[in-house]
Formats: sequence, C-alpha cells, structure tokens
Amino acid sequence: MSLLALFLVVAGLGLIGWLTARMRAVAFRRGSTARFSSLPSHFGGYVALWTVLPAALFLAVWAATSPALVTNSVLKDPIAAQLPPPGFDRAAILSEARSLAAGTSFGAFNPLAEKLAPAYAVAQTQIDWIGTAVALLLVFATGGFAYTRVRPDFRARTKVEFVVMGGLLAASLIAILTTLGIVASLLFESWRFFEIVPITDFLFGTHWSPQVIDPADPGATLGAVPLFWGTFLIGAVIAMIVAIPFGLMSAVYLTQYASGAARRWMKPILEILAGVPTVVYGYFAALTIAPAVRDFAVSIGVTWASSESALAAGLVMGVMIIPFVSSMADDSLAAVPASMRDGSLAMGATSSETIRRVLLPAALPGVVGGVLLAVSRAIGETMIVVMAASGVATLTLNPFASATTVTKQIVDLLTGEAEFDSPKTLAAFALGLTLFVITLLLNIVALTVVKRYREAYE
Amino acid sequence: MSETLVAQLPVGPAEPAERAPTDWRTQSMQRRIRQRYAAERRFRLLGMAAVVLSAGFLAVLLVTMVYNGASGFLRTEIALPVDFANAGLTVDPARLKGPGADLALAGAGVENATKTAAIAAFGPQGSDLLSDGAWLSVRAAIKRDPAIMRGRSIVWVPASDAIDIAAKRTGSPENEAIVAHFKQRNAIATGFNWPFLTASDSNDSTRAGIWGAFKGSLFTMIVTLLIAFPIGVLSALYLEEYAPRNRWTDLIEVSINNLAAVPSIIFGLLGLAVFLGTFGLPRSAPIVGGLTLALMTMPVIVIAGRNAIKGVPPSIRDAALGIGASPIQVVFHHVLPLALPGILTGTIIGMARALGETAPLLMIGMRAFISAPPAGLSDPSTVLPVQIFLWSDQIDRGFVEKTSAAIIVLLVFLLAMNGIAIYLRNKFETRW
Repeated sequence: MSLLALFLVVAGLGLIGWLTARMRAVAFRRGSTARFSSLPSHFGGYVALWTVLPAALFLAVWAATSPALVTNSVLKDPIAAQLPPPGFDRAAILSEARSLAAGTSFGAFNPLAEKLAPAYAVAQTQIDWIGTAVALLLVFATGGFAYTRVRPDFRARTKVEFVVMGGLLAASLIAILTTLGIVASLLFESWRFFEIVPITDFLFGTHWSPQVIDPADPGATLGAVPLFWGTFLIGAVIAMIVAIPFGLMSAVYLTQYASGAARRWMKPILEILAGVPTVVYGYFAALTIAPAVRDFAVSIGVTWASSESALAAGLVMGVMIIPFVSSMADDSLAAVPASMRDGSLAMGATSSETIRRVLLPAALPGVVGGVLLAVSRAIGETMIVVMAASGVATLTLNPFASATTVTKQIVDLLTGEAEFDSPKTLAAFALGLTLFVITLLLNIVALTVVKRYREAYE
Repeated sequence: MSETLVAQLPVGPAEPAERAPTDWRTQSMQRRIRQRYAAERRFRLLGMAAVVLSAGFLAVLLVTMVYNGASGFLRTEIALPVDFANAGLTVDPARLKGPGADLALAGAGVENATKTAAIAAFGPQGSDLLSDGAWLSVRAAIKRDPAIMRGRSIVWVPASDAIDIAAKRTGSPENEAIVAHFKQRNAIATGFNWPFLTASDSNDSTRAGIWGAFKGSLFTMIVTLLIAFPIGVLSALYLEEYAPRNRWTDLIEVSINNLAAVPSIIFGLLGLAVFLGTFGLPRSAPIVGGLTLALMTMPVIVIAGRNAIKGVPPSIRDAALGIGASPIQVVFHHVLPLALPGILTGTIIGMARALGETAPLLMIGMRAFISAPPAGLSDPSTVLPVQIFLWSDQIDRGFVEKTSAAIIVLLVFLLAMNGIAIYLRNKFETRW
C-alpha cells in the first residue's frame, strides 16, 4: 500500500474513532443528571487523536527510514556483491534499479540494475507490508486503548486541550525554526566559501568579476566592495533622494491639509504603489526609465552614459518606497501630542510653520526610524536592479554610470550553470549573509529608535 | 522670521505690560504677514505636488502597461487557402473522432501541408508569413469539420510575429506593404488572442501564452495558503492569548518581526539550501515555491492576526470564562470567529504579495523554459511574475506586448485580491 493511501486509511479510521466515541459519550450522558467535565465531542477528539497521532508519527519516521531499509536488504542479495564500491556509480545503479522496480522507468542503462530490480521489488513489497502492518496495529492498539477510557468520569477535555495547546506552541516555534534555518544555511555555505576565499579579500577587495576565478587565488576577483558601494548608491542614496521628500511631503499633506474625501481617495492610491509587484517596476524601469535617463544624460553632455545606469534603477526604487516612507511618517506625525500642535497654532504660527518647526522636529526620531526601515527594504530589493541595473561592478560616484548591487549579483551567480560547490555559487551565500546581517542591524536600530520615540510621548 | 518671534518672547520676570502692543497695520508688519502666508501656500502646494506626482507616476506606469500590452490580447490571422484534396494527407476519417485525432493528424503531415499551401498561395517566402503554430489552426479546422478534407477550403491561421506587429502597430516597410496587400483582399483580420490565455510558454511570440505560468502560480499559492494560513493563525493565537511573558516568547516575537523585514531573496537562498539541498525536493516545482513563499508570508499573517485578535474586547473573553468555558473554548468559540475578518484581510494582502513575488522563485529554479502546464505539485513549472521576467529578456519585438499583457493580467489579479480585502474589512469590521 502506498504511503498516501495508508495515511488516508489512518485518517478514515480516526474519523470512525471520533464518531463511535462521540456516540458512546452521548449515550452515557442521556438520562444522566451528573455534571460532566467534557462534551461528547471532546471524547470523540480524544479517541481520534489517539488513533491518528501515533500511527501518523510512525508513518512519518517510516517514510524517512524505509528506503534505507529496502536498500540494506537488497545489498544482502548475492547479486549485490558485483556492485562497485560505495561512490557515485554505486548510487546511480541502485537508484536505477529502484525506479525499475517501482515501474517509473522502463529499461535500464546499466545491466546490473536490471538484475537488481527484482530483488528491489521483493524487498520493497516486504518493507511495505511491515509498514502497513505496524501502522494498522498502532491504530487499533492506541485507538482501542483510548476507547476503553471513554467513561463518564474521564476528563477528556483536559487531554484534548493539552494537545491543542501543544499544537499552538509548535506553530509559533516555526518562526524560530525559519530564522534558525536561514541563519544556519547562510552560515554553513558562507563558511565553506570562506574556507576557499579569505574573508578579508571578500570584505575589502575592490575587484569583482566572478566570471573569471583564478583557482590559485580565488579572492583576487571576489572583492565585494564595489557591490556594497553600488547597493549603497542605488538603495540608500538615489532611492532615498526620491522617496524621502515625496513620502514625507505626501504624509504631511494627507494628514495636515487634505480634506477627508481627498484623504480617503489618495491614501489607497499611494498604497497601490506599494502593491505593484517589483517585477513590474523592473520592467518599467528597463523599458521606459532607463532609455529616458540615458537620453537625458546624453543631452546634457554625458555621452558615455550607461543604458543600465544606477540612476534609473534608483529612481524607480525610490518611487516604490514612497508609500512606505509616507506611512511611517504618517504614524510618527500622528504620535505627536495634539497639545504641541495646538499650542503652536495658538501662538499665531501658520500651519506650515507649525509643521516645519514643531511637528516635524518632534516626529523626527520616528521619521528617521522609518527611513532606516525603508533603506533596509531598498537594499534588499531584487527585481528592479536585476532588470534595470548592470552586472558590471564599478566603484563610481556618477549616477549615470552603471552600478551593480548585492542582490543582483546573488541572482546572477545562482542562475548560471555552475555546480553547487564552486566558489561562484558559494559566493552568493556569502553575499546573502552580508545582506541579512546588514538588514537585520538596520531593522533593530530602526525599531529601537521608533520604540524609544513612542515611549517619549506616552 | 521666527528667530525674531522667539527673540520677542519675554525673558525672565520682565514686565510685559511695559511692552507696546504690536501694530499690525504698519507696512512692515503687513509685508511680513504676506510673506508668511505665501510661504504657507508654497508649502501646501509642495505637499500637494508630492501626492499628485506620486499618483501621476502610478498613472504613467499603468498607462504604459496598458498601451504596450493591449495589443498583446489581439492576434492577426491570415486567410490561407488550402487544397486539402491534393495535399497528400493520409488519414483515416474514423480516427478523427475521439482522443487520437491530434496524433493521427500530426502523423498525417498537416504541418507540411500547411507550409505547402502557404508557398502555393503567397509565393516562395509564404510560410514565413505564418506563425509556427499555423498548422495547429489547420488541424483544428479539420477536426471541426472532416468534410473539408475532400476539397479546397480557406482556413484562418495566425500570422507570424513580424506580420502581426505590422498589422497591429508599425512594422518594417515591407511587412506594412504585405499587410496592406492582404487588407485589400480582405484576407487579414485581427481578433481576440485566445491562445494567449490558453497556451504556455513558447519561443515564438505568436504562440506564447500564460496558462502554464498561471497554473503554476495557482499551485504555488495553494501550497502557500495551506501552510502559511494555519501556522500563522495558530501562532498568532498562541502569542496573543496564551503565551507567558518570558524569554522564549520574546524570542518568538523578535524572530517573527525580523522575518517580516528579511529581504525576500534571502528566503530564496533558504529554499535553495534547505528544500533543494538538504531535503532533495525537485527543482522548479510549485511545492518548493509554495513552501518558500509560505515562510515569507507567515510573518505577515501572524502580525495581521495579532492585531485582529487584539481588537477583540476583553469583555468577550470575560463573559465566556464567566459561564464556564475553558481557555481553549474561549479562544476557538469566541475570539477567533470575531477576529477572523481581520485575519482574512491580512491573509489576502500577504497572499497578494506572495503572488507578485519573483526573486525567491528565481533562486529555486522556477525560471526554466517550461512549455507545458504543470500537472501536479512536483512538476517543473513557472509562475506569472517569473514568466514576465523571462519574457522581458526576449529580444523578439512580439514579446514586448506579451510581457505587458501578462503584467496587465497579474495586476488585475492583485487589484481584485486587494479589492476583496478592502471589501471584507469594510463589511465585517466591528467597532466595539
């Protein structure tokens, strides 16, 4: 029986357990005047959990271990003595025999695989039978045990709720597991990278061209400083030059000046700007903005301007960030006590004077925190730079020159045809780790600033 | 000016009564007020300009996409006279009914017959005027009415990329001339491009469609929803309702808040290293894409869920506890149903973000050229945004309009999802 079918059978038996236990509980409650701690459905749930959970756990473990068991029993077969020693060839023959036995492929490349296939089929059937038998035995044993405990004085609710609570806790632990998974996978692959390339070469080297890696000195062409600079130039300088004034001024206008109707209309429109997928921005940047920027550069006399300039990517990224800055500024302005604004207006200041000299200075920490969050989002943004920025790493101050970013390089490195262990692919993980650490630090600093500021006015 | 304002404030225990009241009617005062009001107007205009320009950028973006993409939904067809009787098609009419028809006709040489017919009708370069998929239309015509096999008949077939562009927009002069020539004879027509919605990726822009990518997106989103929604809601319930305040729950909170801000490409690296590297799941498969996006969407759902649960007033919980409900019953019978609209709104917004996400899926190999829609969760497939990215790299001019048309489809879906979220919020939002 296949694993999926077995799972379905177990689930069906669980349902039957639920129904019978519930019926029994309904029966003993009928006519009784005693007070029960549990509802019939609790008894049902108790029996169903006992029926399904142990068997399901067993099946999960079984699914992971049974292939190894099958292979082991095949290796005891006399034909298996002809197998080459453990290594790539042996694994290839075994996997071929396995797919022959399972019927997913017809005809084998290796004659030995064809000879091993019957042994595989036999072992597979045997192991499958053992698995099915143990699973069904578990279902009936644990389910039956639970059914015998369905009695009026049994506190089924406590038990069921204990399991539910465990499920809730497990669900919230997934977040920690994900974080750990990210950190572990990035650290592990980066560690392997730094075994090949010295970390100082990577962090402080100024020459980046991963297409040509010298095996004798791989660090010479894997210096990431131009990437960090390009990321900073596009994400933290050009994008912010667009996003901060636009975001801040729209927040000011929408919260302080606009009428209710205008606010109701304009806020969702700005939010749409944040909801447009980045691949659309990237396409727009590459198709429309980049040629326009180039033409503009040529018209002001920069004849060598790149058609994949830092400016084009940065401008579009800035527009993408506007709603983000705007909503952060909105929150900070709303947190400023009304008394400060009222006081300023009562002294005779105009609205703009109040905003510029009272509200904005008071909201400044919140705005700064918001801008830091926006920077962290901009430097992690991928599709716009993948589509509109160039792949050439240059250390330049000129916005019309081409610049590349960390995210763009990660995509370029990992979508080539290189094998998984080359310094090229591992470099992508080292870049990912750097990006992760920088965004994490930015976020922590920003959230601390925002929190302190909130507390100051509460 | 405000330096002077500040300077006029009485410093220390001065006698305010001594100061003469400001005479607002003097010319210098009037001028100062005029300047301040002008500054006020300028500031206000600046704010308005920021809002209008931001909205204007959105408008330019949308108009560009619609302008470029609208013609992607149209295709040009040419009337091709085919002499079926002399085309040498050897096919048993009995086999044309039923599922074997496609195979029988492909074996019968319809593709060659179409080419011959084009050369006969339009000259030696005739078959270049037609799309590579023209013979599919001929095949469909035969299947519709096998009787045409006995004589001459006119079949409308899709035109090639260059002719298509020349008919809908401006192509090269020669192609324009050809189109004009066809138009005179009423042998060219433009209709709705159904294959764009029903076909999958192709090298030929006239045959390329979004169905394969759409199906891949659908599968991926199903996996994402099935994983992210339950886990997100359960952990939001735990953190908001049961979690004791200690170091562990603080750790969970910090991780969730940080995960929400981690760049999406990092999740792609995680998927590559863990799901493909460690677990050995298949590359390019919707199940891996769904898992990766689920990890990305889960924090969004948790944060939205916690806000929604926070919004349920404590009196509801107290009342339920008061009549003897257990803590689990309080939450699952009372708090959760009341918080559900808010949670759903957050979920839809999170799913919309996942639907538009590209970068992490590139990392796990969903950028391969896939010409057949996926049949299951572990088949190689691509998704809509990645399809857009792949087409945007094509040099062929026909792909520009296809890319923009695919963007229009994607944006329509995203707008619909966000619209549903806003509707849900307005309809079910309760002010306690």
